[in-house]
Amino acid sequence: MKFVDEFREPELITKTSAEIRRLADPDRHYRIMEVCGGHTHAIYRFGLKDLLPANIELIHGPGCPVCVLPMGRIDDGLAIAQNPDVIFTAFGDMMRVPGTQGSPLEHKARGMDVRIVYSPADALKLAEKNPDRHVMFFAIGFETTAPSTALTLMRAKAQRLHNFSVFCNHVTIIPAIRAILDSPDMRIDAFIGPGHVSTVIGCRPYEWIAKNENKPVAVSGFEPLDILQSIVMVLRQLKADEATIENQYKRVVPWEGNRAALRAMAEVFELRPYFEWRGLGFISQSALRLRESYAEWDSEQRFQVPGVRVTDPKAAQCGEVLKGVLKPHQCKLFGNECTPEHPVGALMVSSEGSCAAYFNYEHRKTAMVTSIASVA
Amino acid sequence: MCLAIPGQVVELFPDQPNTAVIDVVGVRRKVNLGLLQDNLPVQGDWVLIHVGFAMSKISEADAIDQMRTLRALGEAEAAMQEVQGYGMETGYGMETAENPEPSPGILMPGLKKDWA
Repeated sequence: MKFVDEFREPELITKTSAEIRRLADPDRHYRIMEVCGGHTHAIYRFGLKDLLPANIELIHGPGCPVCVLPMGRIDDGLAIAQNPDVIFTAFGDMMRVPGTQGSPLEHKARGMDVRIVYSPADALKLAEKNPDRHVMFFAIGFETTAPSTALTLMRAKAQRLHNFSVFCNHVTIIPAIRAILDSPDMRIDAFIGPGHVSTVIGCRPYEWIAKNENKPVAVSGFEPLDILQSIVMVLRQLKADEATIENQYKRVVPWEGNRAALRAMAEVFELRPYFEWRGLGFISQSALRLRESYAEWDSEQRFQVPGVRVTDPKAAQCGEVLKGVLKPHQCKLFGNECTPEHPVGALMVSSEGSCAAYFNYEHRKTAMVTSIASVA
Repeated sequence: MCLAIPGQVVELFPDQPNTAVIDVVGVRRKVNLGLLQDNLPVQGDWVLIHVGFAMSKISEADAIDQMRTLRALGEAEAAMQEVQGYGMETGYGMETAENPEPSPGILMPGLKKDWA
């Protein structure tokens, strides 16, 4: 329980944790999914599992963009960048994600022009400064990030900047939740909704989860107290046999979302008929591509894309972990061949991936306890 | 990558309504305000920033809370690195698109502030 010392409001944390114990029916097993990878990270980092009764199980959801990206898409992006005219740009998170022939960073070591940017707007500036090269931005992310890519593309179009394109891997959260609810081996009682995705889409898009599926949702902030309060919210609903959408993160999330961001997305993107998700397979209308009016800035239309499909390394069980069927440490490669330093699967790459979070906090803690026990 | 970084608007440009200079614990960078065009911030307002774009206006208290959350999550350093990396034309010696080789000696000066 050493993480508790770091909590800002320890009394409130203790009180909320007690409230959770009071609300949880001891004869019932609860499976609550936190959709967002940021929440997964916080849950492990703060050791929140220790504050919950054993019959509340937190299932880690698909909300880590790096983790759900199939390896074939990385290979496709890198294939475009084999062209010596192309500069490959991406966020730092992407750089260590393994493709079949290595990660973007490993390609850089072999001579490919690979550069980290912290904003899509900076990839655009790079294109302005290098008129004789083509700058490709490898875009990933949910609705939190997609509006920024959209504004960048609108600017490229307004400037008639023709040496810039986006390799679009933006995905949308709602179809992924639907796929999880439709999956026969998944039984989820309630959801902790993503915080920053919801600043863009608002709370309305979750309403069907309550209405049609009868599952409570609490859109949550990222502090330990936020997450615990969200668990209280959904437990109260489950106890009363109700299902509604509650906004725990009101201080940041407006119910209606961010209209300017939604407008920008609608101007630039349309839904793909289907898109492959690592671990979840093909999900219809779950990802974005550029509209025809932006074809000139669409890497997939400007370049030959091999359309690679790669099955994950057989021994790695990313799919099962991603669906919550296996816990990270139950994967055969966990902690041996697959570590944050040498990731085999994408769940180990990002700090928001459940394997990396589990490795960094839970696994190290257990390893330490075991070694102390063996000395004693 | 879905965590947002809090910052204060310190400079606006009348000829570029969608641009502002934001101060994040002492580090100042230009960010894009296009996502707030329905309700543009004024000087002194606090915003949450994600990949170089301000995505929502927040209160000062929430901004302080958010920076504390980033610290508690062990993400403050990555957040500052992200902010330092915005706008590669400034050439601050970080590992940005402009300057692919990282250079030593860039610390996070502002993080010494009490509340950060």
